[in-house]
Parts: sequence; C-alpha cells; structure tokens
Amino acid sequence: MKFTRSLTRRRVLRGLLAGGAVTVGLPVFDALLNENGTAFAATGKALPPRFATWCWPLGLGEDNWVPAASGRDYQLPVQMRGLDPLKPKMNFFTGGQVFLDGQSNNVHFTGLQGMMTGRVSNDRQYLGSFNALIGEAIGANTRFRSLEVSCAGSPRDSWTARGDSGMQPAEISPVALYQRIFGPEFQDPNAADFTPDPEVILRKSVLSGISEERQRLEKALGAADRAKLDAYFTSLRELEQKLAIQLEKPDPLPSCTLPREPRQETASAVTLAKEAIERSNQYAVLLAHAMACGQTNATNLVISRPQSSLRKDGDATGHHTHTHEEQLDDSLGYQLTCRWFTESYMQALRQYVEVFDSIQEGDRTLLDSMILTAYTDHGSPRLHSVRNYPIMTFGNGGGRLATGLHIPRPGDQVTRVGLTLQQAMGVNVSSWGVGSNNVTAPITEVLVQRT
Amino acid sequence: MRRARFLIAQAVTGAALACMTLPVHAQEGQMPLSQRLSASQYRQSIADIFGPFITVSGRFDPEYREEGLLAVGSRSATMTPSGIERYSEIAAGIAAQVVSPANRGTLISCQPATANAADDACARQFLGEAGRLLYRHALPADELETKVALARQVSEFHSDFYAGVAVILADMLISPNFLYRHKVLEPDPDTAGSQRLDAHSKATVLSFFLWNSAPDDLLLKAAESGEIHTRRGFRQQVDRMLDSPNVEAGVRAFFADMLGFSEFETLAKDPQLYPRFTPKVITQAQEQTLRTIVDLLLVRQGDYRDLITTPRTFLTRSLGAVYDVPVIDLADNGQPEHWVVHEYPQNDPRVGILSHVSFVALHSPSGRSSPTDRGKALREYLLCQAVPSPPADVSFAVVQETESVVHRTVRERLIAHATDAACSGCHKITDPIGLAMENFDTSGGFRTHENGAQIDTTGDLNGKTFDGPAGLAQAVRNDPALPACAVQKAFAYAAGWMPPRTSGQLRVLAEGFQKNRFNFIELLREIALSEALYSVPAPTGAMTAAR
Repeated sequence: MKFTRSLTRRRVLRGLLAGGAVTVGLPVFDALLNENGTAFAATGKALPPRFATWCWPLGLGEDNWVPAASGRDYQLPVQMRGLDPLKPKMNFFTGGQVFLDGQSNNVHFTGLQGMMTGRVSNDRQYLGSFNALIGEAIGANTRFRSLEVSCAGSPRDSWTARGDSGMQPAEISPVALYQRIFGPEFQDPNAADFTPDPEVILRKSVLSGISEERQRLEKALGAADRAKLDAYFTSLRELEQKLAIQLEKPDPLPSCTLPREPRQETASAVTLAKEAIERSNQYAVLLAHAMACGQTNATNLVISRPQSSLRKDGDATGHHTHTHEEQLDDSLGYQLTCRWFTESYMQALRQYVEVFDSIQEGDRTLLDSMILTAYTDHGSPRLHSVRNYPIMTFGNGGGRLATGLHIPRPGDQVTRVGLTLQQAMGVNVSSWGVGSNNVTAPITEVLVQRT
Repeated sequence: MRRARFLIAQAVTGAALACMTLPVHAQEGQMPLSQRLSASQYRQSIADIFGPFITVSGRFDPEYREEGLLAVGSRSATMTPSGIERYSEIAAGIAAQVVSPANRGTLISCQPATANAADDACARQFLGEAGRLLYRHALPADELETKVALARQVSEFHSDFYAGVAVILADMLISPNFLYRHKVLEPDPDTAGSQRLDAHSKATVLSFFLWNSAPDDLLLKAAESGEIHTRRGFRQQVDRMLDSPNVEAGVRAFFADMLGFSEFETLAKDPQLYPRFTPKVITQAQEQTLRTIVDLLLVRQGDYRDLITTPRTFLTRSLGAVYDVPVIDLADNGQPEHWVVHEYPQNDPRVGILSHVSFVALHSPSGRSSPTDRGKALREYLLCQAVPSPPADVSFAVVQETESVVHRTVRERLIAHATDAACSGCHKITDPIGLAMENFDTSGGFRTHENGAQIDTTGDLNGKTFDGPAGLAQAVRNDPALPACAVQKAFAYAAGWMPPRTSGQLRVLAEGFQKNRFNFIELLREIALSEALYSVPAPTGAMTAAR
C-alpha cells in the first residue's frame, strides 16, 4: 500500500481508524544509484539539482585582487589562496557592478539589494532574491523549500527573500537547526520500514479549518492586506506540503547518514570572527547532511551582517570599523588586520565547501550535484564601492555549469551572474533585473546548454 | 495575580457568539493596514486570555523596524514558511497547557459528558469563548461549526475530548485572525460617503495601544453593543483602561519599541574585556530602564522630560557591578537578585536613561564605545531626527589606527576622520553629543581616561554647550524636540503609521502634552481619544482630515 497526496482527509482518517498505521517495506534495490551517481538505479529518476549560498562580510580588500588572466590559467589573489585546492571545481566572477540609476547608495545594503534582487531602490524594499527564486524552483518536493542560517546570532542576517513573504529569517543556533532537520519529524530515507505517522495525517487534515476562514477575511480587507493574506496562505500551504511529504515513503538515499548533534552553544550572539566561523563549520555538516538526506535542495548561510562587528581575538575593534580606520600599509598596499579577516573567511569558505565535497553520491560528490555561490556586500568595503563585486561558485550543478574559470566582466551588470545561476538551476527566466540592472543574456562561458 | 481574562469572558452567551459576523467592506488605499502581532503582544495576549502561568516558549519571526518603530514595521511584516512552522510549535505548546489536567478545570468552562469521547456542545462553548478573545470578535457560526466538527474528528480518533479541542485551539493560534490585527472599515453613519473603523477594529487598536494586548471582555462587549462608537461609551472605556494596572504593560511595550530594545537580541560584549557584562546584565539592563520609566511616568506621574535627568533608578547587584555602584541586597543572601531603588547623589554624571546600559551599551560595538552610534541613536530614537547614511566612495586617508600615540582618545580619532568634507556633515550632528557620553565604556561602565588620556566630554546640542553626560542630559531634557518626538512616536506606535511632523493633529497633541506638564499618561489618553488614531492614512501617509 502506498500513500499518495491525493488521499482525502476522510479516507485517510477512516483508514487509520479502521486499520491502524501502515508499514511499508523498502526494497534494497531502490537504495542504489546508477553508475555515475546521477540517478536512482531502479527508476532512472535524476538526483535533484541543489543550490547553496555563503555570504561573508566586507569583501576582499583594497588592493587589486582581480587576477590578471582570465579563463582557466589564472592565479587566485593572495587573500584567496586558501581556496587553491578547490580551483578546478570553482569559478571566480569579477568586475560586475550594480547600477544605481539615480538611487542612493545605502552603503552595505544597496549593492546587495541590486545583486541579489536585481532592483535598486531607496525604499529598501528587498523582495525576490535570486537564491530564493532558485529555492522555489528546486525545492518544491522537499521538507524544507530552503534553509537559512546565520553565524553571528541574528535571525535578521539573511539575504534570502521570497517575492511574497519577503526576507526569510535565519536559524541562529546549530542545535536548533539540528532539531528542526533531524529531530523527531525526520524520516530516515534508508530505514527498512516506513510508517506514516497518524498524528501527521490528523494535523494536516485539521489545518484545513484555517483555510476556511480565508474567504470571509478576503472580503473584509483591502487589496494590500489581501496580498499579505495571500503570503500567509502560501506559507500555510508549505506547511501542509511539508506534512504531506512526511506521509510519503521517501526515496532511498545511500549517501544519507545522520550527523552528530552539535553541542549546546553558550550564547546566541558571538563577537569573534573565529566563533562565527566555528558555527559556519557546524552548519556545513548539518546542511550538507540535510541535502544528502533529501530534506532540502537549497541552503543559505550568512556569516554576519555586512557592517560586521566581529573581532579578532584580543582586539577591541570590529571588522567594519577596521575597514574604515585602519591605514593601508604602505609597503604591502593593503590593511593588515582587514586582510586577516578576509583570509580567515576564505579559509572558512574552503572548509565549508569541502564538507559538501566529502559526501559521496555514487562516484561523485554532493558538491558535484550543486552550485554553491559565495558573495559579499562590497568588493572594496573601505570605499563602499558598488563596482567590481567578487562572486565565487563551486560545483557544476550536475553538469549545468562549466568550472575552473576566472570570468572578468568589468563594468558589466553583476545581475548577469544571478541570471546565469537561475538558468543553470532550471528557473524559467530569460530576463532579470530592473532598469540598468536588467540583463537578458546569461554568461555563456559557464552555462552548459542542456538539450 | 491578575485574573485570566478568559474566565470573565466565559459569561458570554452562546447565542451572542453565533449571531456575530465580521462586517464586510472594501478598504481603500494601497498600504496594508493590518499589523502582525509582535512577540510581546502575542505573549501578553496569551497571558491575559489564559493566564500568566501559561508558558510561551519558542522563537518568533524577527520584527523589522520602519520609521524607527517595530510597530510601523509590523504593517509590512508577513508570515514566512519557517515562521508559520515555528508559530505552529508555539501554539501546540500553549494548547497543551490549556487543556492539561492541571488547567482544564479553570480554563475550560464546561465539562464534557465524558473525557474519553467527543462532546460537540462543550467544544462549541470552549472554542467559541476562546475564539472570541483570540480573534477579537465572535466567530461566525459556520466557522465555529467547522471547528467543532474537526475537534470531533480528533477527539474520536484519540478517544479524548481534550485532544480535539487542543488541536483546534492550536490552529486558532496560527490563524491570520489571531496573528494579524486587521482593520476593517464600514460606512460612517455620521458622514455620508465616509468610512470608519468598525467597532471591533477600533477596540483592537485601543487595546493594543494601551495594554499591548487583545481587548478584554468589557471592551469587546462595548464593541458588540456599538457603545464604543458613542462619545460617552468610548470615553468610559479609555478611562477604564488607563485606570487599569494593565496599562503598565502598554507603557513598557511602547518604550521597549521606541528605545530599540529589540537590538538586545544580538547584543554581546567581549567577555575578556568586559567580564561583568553577563547575559543576566543584558536582561536586567532593559528591566532597569523600564522600571525607571514606569516609576516616573506611571507611579509618580512625573514630567516625561525628567526621564533624561532623573537620578533615581533601580539596580541589582549584577548591574551595580557594571556601574561600579555598591548595591546592598540582604534578602535571601542576595540570591536571587532583587531590585533596589538607587538614587545617584547630586552632580553625579550618571543621571537619566541615557546613562543606562540599555542606551550606552546597546548603541556601542562589542569591543569599544562609539560616540557616532550613540549620537545617532540619541537623535533618532529620542529626538526623531534622521541621520543620513554614510556616503560612498569616501577617502579615509586621514584616519589613524586606534593604537596611535598621536590620537589616543576616540575624540581625537573622530576629529581626524571628520575632516573629510563628505563625512563632517553627519558627524557634526552625531559626535558632539556622542562624545559627551564617552565617560561610559562600551559596557556602560564609568571611566574618566582612555589609553591613559583624560577623556574630554565637552560638546553641544543645537548651540547649547555642556560638559559631560549630566550636562548633555540637561540639554536634551530642555530641547523641545524631546517631547515633540514622544508625541510623534506614541501616535505612530498606536496607529501603525508615522504621521508627518507638521500635521495639525500632532501639533494639537503636542500642545496638550505641554499643557498637561508632560504627563505621559495624559498623552496616552489624548491620543487614545483622538479621531486621527482611528482614521485611515491616505496613500501618501498624510493624516486624513478629522471628521
């Protein structure tokens, strides 16, 4: 017997009441992937594309960090040398800029607003970021459409925004994230038996009571409030979908194992960069396992807010303050303390990516089925410039993206990277961005045309 | 202990519940009028409806500040998928406590024929009563019957009456009828062609403004009878609510919003540099300021402006350690900590709420103080004066490192920084007042020297010169922008939208505030009674003309 989403509430309840819970055995053959690890052997069903972002604060520094060469034969700048081992699986986009179109440059915000949502506006509206659009496209059949986390302790440190419900708040505790993903509601896809939880069936059916309030409310409210109500019911529907997924036998995933539960953190907020990086490492393990276990296809991590007050151990001054107050070292040509932060974050990024690259799926790794995108608020934060944004991608998205390239596009719209990534991940979009930030063509050097 | 509002409401008859329906009217304007309940409104509503012994545990969706207030930001707050998941968990926890064997006898007014089976009549009574208080209006009969039927299904499945009503109660707690405060319009019978808030929306605006909570049974009755639309009946309700002890929750909630206490959520100081700044201090710092405010404005009905200069406050031993003030707490050997009234001696620089940890530490980075952040916060939070964002593409060539032997104090470094013309415009309005607070380090501790140099705390506010935090406090207290800002923010907090400073109604309220010797409770009364509060803003944000 197999449960499907088309079962009615009445039928499910009647079945439960009459016959108790249902147990479904799992054929061993289902758990195997094909030779390339790209699809399930039994069904030929392709592994899903996955997408992740990793946002670090305050760019790469004030020196000229753009590699001289383009294409494959290029050298990473000194502050990114920690990423050298990953270079074959990486792309480095430089030169892209956000066009203000007469709007103010709200420093540490407007650039991200333009890069992530394609739109720049003084009203600070932040809706429909490209990572959220991708999450919606690839996450429909997972428990979590996307998972957002932040490392410095604020749920507001998030650059993921849906078109309707806006900014998606971040989880701030690795322990809480573990419980959310791998707590009592987690169903091991490789478990021998599958038993739909009758409580979940009941919960799902009862939620319909709220939907029945909708019509009356809509009649009572104006257009703007109705739009908010729509966003509410979209979120409620996702909760219903999540419950529905819990009632289905999950596809077996041999790469799925349970991570160890993190230690309880002593405080929600952290003040040191090394503490935030430690959380990034913890999140990496949890989020990579969540992907490998089919719980989500999209994850987004933010180290801290852009005007980061994270500090170096023993130093009273925060990173952001240093970017403005620390003098450029005459002999080296850069800010020494700021460089320490940048190098630390690039090392942290490498550690993060390597966790995804360490999980085997057939003869490939989890990273090979995904695109992990790293971005920041300003390339050169000291001047708050909205030009020359550094963006890195890791992984080829299951053959959707060429890798190993430096792609300099000085003066080009940085939104072109967002459009390229959306198209690579299967979002049906041919034009993205508003005004001068609008682009209609992807970066063809990296986008693999699929037939 | 305050009696749970739910117990009082149980007197409402089932017939009254069944006949009430939401008025149905179209609403003009482009901006959303509904506001998402804040975490504190949610908690207060649950405490008032079911009792303060119900624990609300879980994390709420973050709130976002607009125009300086979370209350204004709540209009654009939506419900995210992860948010509804979390609210659902919180709701299940509350519902389980309400129907628990320990509480069901007092919180559920009827007893089922048997606890092992469904009981439609009792479910109808309980869900109707709870729904009326949670939704701020009686449930329409058909919606109530749907809920009763769903409760029956669950009760039958579990052979447990209480399991059924618990599941439906939990769903009511994630309903948009509970999580959003809607404003519904109806034709104004006094002015042809005009609209007004319907009675329940009016009651809701009033209640969340004065009590930070849902309307109680009496206020709902005034809405149901239409009395709230009469001048006399409305006045009676406002006076009753302001005389109630519940008004303290309203005053606390307003100042917590106005003073930006939501930022405490992410506040931390370097434990190596500031070992006395513990998590306990973070909680107590907010309470210190709120107690000081309640004491001056509510208990002693004092002058609002004195908040900035009052030497009287409340301390615990942990706070005393930060301030370097001995706090004698002999009760129970000092454990748990108690609040002790503390009055600073005359001429002490630590006067008023600007000297509290909740201001000087909240508006400083984790490792060192920031006069610019403090000056900006003072301008924006208390004087309603906007400070522009820093400009892009600014050269910082003149800025020196903090270890500089030439520029040892923050003042010297800032002066070096502000020599740039692009920076100086803003720094001129933030730094002179922020530097006067440099006697307080980033944790709120008092100091006179930095890096071995004497701290210079001279400054000026709009041409008034002073020396030190006490001088700054006096200058702020006497600045007409201080009470004007309180009026503007209190109105915006109540209405959910920021009125333009030049509006006539605001001027009238400000004049009344002055006439009443800056008595804050009288200001609340004037705002609560003002017609402007219940008007609907035009798309531009301008106040509509008084009817």
